[in-house]
Amino acid sequence: MQGAGIAAAIEAKGLACRRGDRLLFRGLNLTLGAGDACLVTGPNGTGKSSLLRVLAGLLRPYGGSVERKGSCALLDENLALDPECSLREALTFWHRLDCAEQPHAVYEQMSLTSLLDVPVRYLSTGQRKRAGLARLILSEADIWLLDEPLNGLDTEAQALVTPLVDEHRSAGGICIAASHQPLAMNNAQTLALEEFAL
Amino acid sequence: MTFGLLLRRDLGNLLPGRRGGGTLLAVLFFLAVAILYPFAIGPSPSLLVRTGGGILWVAALLSSILPLERLVADDLKAGVFDQLHLRGISEELAMAARLAAHWLSFGPLLLAASLPAAALIGLESGTLLTLLLGLLAGTPGLAAIGLAVAALTASLRGGAALAGLLVIPLAIPILIFGAGALARPDTSAVWLAAAISLALCAVAPFAAGAAIRAARDG
Repeated sequence: MQGAGIAAAIEAKGLACRRGDRLLFRGLNLTLGAGDACLVTGPNGTGKSSLLRVLAGLLRPYGGSVERKGSCALLDENLALDPECSLREALTFWHRLDCAEQPHAVYEQMSLTSLLDVPVRYLSTGQRKRAGLARLILSEADIWLLDEPLNGLDTEAQALVTPLVDEHRSAGGICIAASHQPLAMNNAQTLALEEFAL
Repeated sequence: MTFGLLLRRDLGNLLPGRRGGGTLLAVLFFLAVAILYPFAIGPSPSLLVRTGGGILWVAALLSSILPLERLVADDLKAGVFDQLHLRGISEELAMAARLAAHWLSFGPLLLAASLPAAALIGLESGTLLTLLLGLLAGTPGLAAIGLAVAALTASLRGGAALAGLLVIPLAIPILIFGAGALARPDTSAVWLAAAISLALCAVAPFAAGAAIRAARDG
């Protein structure tokens, strides 16, 4: 973890989020400490992705506040990998920014080794998602925000996600995931977002 | 170090080559104007020499609009700025690197292309030197306007066409001093163009950074 010594934590108080002229949710409280996890559920359009973006600090909340201790990483449908680059070049840019030292073990873990020379635009959705997961791991962020992490992954790759999250939490990290598919996380809080809708 | 990494990635995406940056097209457009101009107004050398420098300036201004379509919009859609923001890299820094890469990818190429363009129109060496100095002073300003406008229109549908329209009025001061230098015996107008360029380069990363943050909220 980057913030070694400081326990990761995230706390949201009275959070409200508005998109356009629609209030998606309000009065949402969330407190997570080191090793905690939270699964955000709710039908389409209840604001799961918006909640994750608010927690990441990318969207300004309409009301309430978010306090973060530790660095944040977001995995959503926008993977920010240059389509014309080879996967190796696209990932290397982010690893250099993150000062990641041993990317190859993670490539191996995500079965990306044979894809490294393929341009990103030729990769399938699932392969790109695995690259996104590799970047998430190598960012060594304290707080993981996962937006539909299982989307596009095959069963084999889906089975990789739970142990990844467990490992991250046992190292003192926090994981907040929004998922329609069942994502097994031990002792995770569940946040049903429809309860906070108007 | 962060700035260097950003600059390297941006240069890789913008320079002509494997990843298909749009700058080669812009320079070819610039040359095409120089080729077409004598056909349109006739081969009279005195007329070409008198008006040629000005038309090359207009061509440079218009060709600087061509690379704007992909300058910011692709990265905004792909979530690159989100990922940078999460790593504590401000939009302003990202835009400063983008501005440097944008100018480096088309400014020097445009200056090089001015030599054959000037030869096609038959400009004298003194006029050519003033043209080159003026372009050297003015193109960073054109790049700065282009970047700010590209960031402002990146989240709009049909933003590229609008960007073209927005750049033109904003670029008029640079055009007046840059092209105006051709009609003067000294280089004072070139310095004025350079001063406008510097001011624009100082402001553009902040304007473009704010535009990207606004696009995220929208």
